[in-house]
Amino acid sequence: MRDRTVPALAIACAALLAAAPLAPQWLVFLLALALAKGMVVLGLVLLMRTGLVSFGQGLYFGLGAYAAALLAHRGGIADAALMIVAGAACAAAVAAVLGLLLARYREIFFAMLSLAFSMILYGALVKSSALGSTDGFNLHAKGFAGIALAAGTERRLFYAVSVVVVFAVAWLLHRYLASHWGRLSAAIRDNELRVEYLGASVYRVVYVNYVAAGALAGTGGAFAALAVGHVDPETAYWTTSGEFVFIAILGGTGNVLAPFLSAALFEGLRTVANQYAPNVWQMTLGLAMLAIIMFLPGGLWTLLRRRGAP
Amino acid sequence: MSPILVAQGVQKSFGAVTAASDVNLSFEPGAVAGLIGANGAGKTTFLNMVTGYLRPDSGSIRFDGRELTGHTPREITGFGICRSFQIPQLFHSLSVRENLLVAEGIAAAERVEEATDAVLEHFGLAQYAAQYAGLLPEGIRKLLDVAMALVARPKVLLLDEPTSGVAADEKFGIMDLVMGAVRGQGVTVLFVEHDMDIVSRYAARVVAFYDGRVIADGAPDRVLGDTEVRRYVIGEEAHAAA
Repeated sequence: MRDRTVPALAIACAALLAAAPLAPQWLVFLLALALAKGMVVLGLVLLMRTGLVSFGQGLYFGLGAYAAALLAHRGGIADAALMIVAGAACAAAVAAVLGLLLARYREIFFAMLSLAFSMILYGALVKSSALGSTDGFNLHAKGFAGIALAAGTERRLFYAVSVVVVFAVAWLLHRYLASHWGRLSAAIRDNELRVEYLGASVYRVVYVNYVAAGALAGTGGAFAALAVGHVDPETAYWTTSGEFVFIAILGGTGNVLAPFLSAALFEGLRTVANQYAPNVWQMTLGLAMLAIIMFLPGGLWTLLRRRGAP
Repeated sequence: MSPILVAQGVQKSFGAVTAASDVNLSFEPGAVAGLIGANGAGKTTFLNMVTGYLRPDSGSIRFDGRELTGHTPREITGFGICRSFQIPQLFHSLSVRENLLVAEGIAAAERVEEATDAVLEHFGLAQYAAQYAGLLPEGIRKLLDVAMALVARPKVLLLDEPTSGVAADEKFGIMDLVMGAVRGQGVTVLFVEHDMDIVSRYAARVVAFYDGRVIADGAPDRVLGDTEVRRYVIGEEAHAAA
């Protein structure tokens, strides 16, 4: 079947951009959050394609959010573009160090180690009164790439920027997955021994993918911080990491569009459920996960694929 | 001509079980040798030591003058030794073509797509190109496994039971394709095999293992006619007694 991912990405990007000036504020906020989380899940999909499940992407999500926020709050640089770069760079730098260790582990050991590192950050943030402890602190971007922002327009602008950045990254990841290294990642998931016997370094591929996933999570964290206007230790908490895994399983790893569809569905469900069934919505999510695992192990994307999706 | 692969005094034990006992072997460039022996005789252990999966307890294995002991399988592949496996080691969720693309990509072929198509064509795998490797019949899995090993253009090719589990009428076809791919390229081929018809047709030299030792080494007629080989490897006395 012909791959129609790129046209689908372009159409989705154009539709979301067109919605920027027209959609109600609540919808812009919800979509911005979904895009930020979709970005994190995109990295998780890359790891899952390599056969790894991280329960610690909250570490990089939190780092990205706090790095962006601190740049404005403490560094006095309230330019959203620089804040996003800071979030991505900080997360990538930490992933580059931790990846040296984590790339040696697989399966439950990888999952638990990644969880442990995220909980270390959570613990440090909770104990740090200088960073607002459990309350966190607010942030406010005053401009974007040197252009001052008019009051009331910034949320829509950040949303539009996140649409462009997220879809550009999704396109790049789509190309990466179709490249030699992308195939190599899938080969590692299937049979590491054979990859080594063909002469490639499994460690190197896992390391590169891990750092890339960290950078994506950091970027997502910075976008989320800009959308919400606030950061707190919950960004690094294990339930946040679990949420990313939930979204990845909900959507499936079959296509780079899947994380965004499932993230939007997840945020939409949460918003509606919080309003109409605030006490049972987590139970509803649990049941949804059970149904997905039992009936659609490839995620919701398999439903779309049956209908001719790319 | 100096040998390309030399094993000297190689020893390997797993607890009380001796898998290699003072193994001394050398192979010339372009040689085609069959390694025979009953299960547990030490054939696969020898291949595993050559390819770095196992480390000998003592002794030396040299390739092209370079000591292999202590190197990883990846490094040894880089030196020019590739292998296939008794149980084909494929990428099950990838198609046949993608399996070969991965191998060609690692081998840094200049034109990966064209090179892959050529391999598919040579091994008669073109009709299976789009099928998932995990769903292939055993004979095709074996062929793909060997084809992937050959993609790196090795100087030494080690085949671990390339025709085991394959229907009798397919065995010669597989070996013809493999030998056709390496013919005239100076590749040294060592293949582990239980089928003596295959051994006598394709090997110019036969090495017989028993209990971790080499009990016979030479031309096929001589080795397959050796009394010890007939008793311990082919099991003629056991059949006669039965």
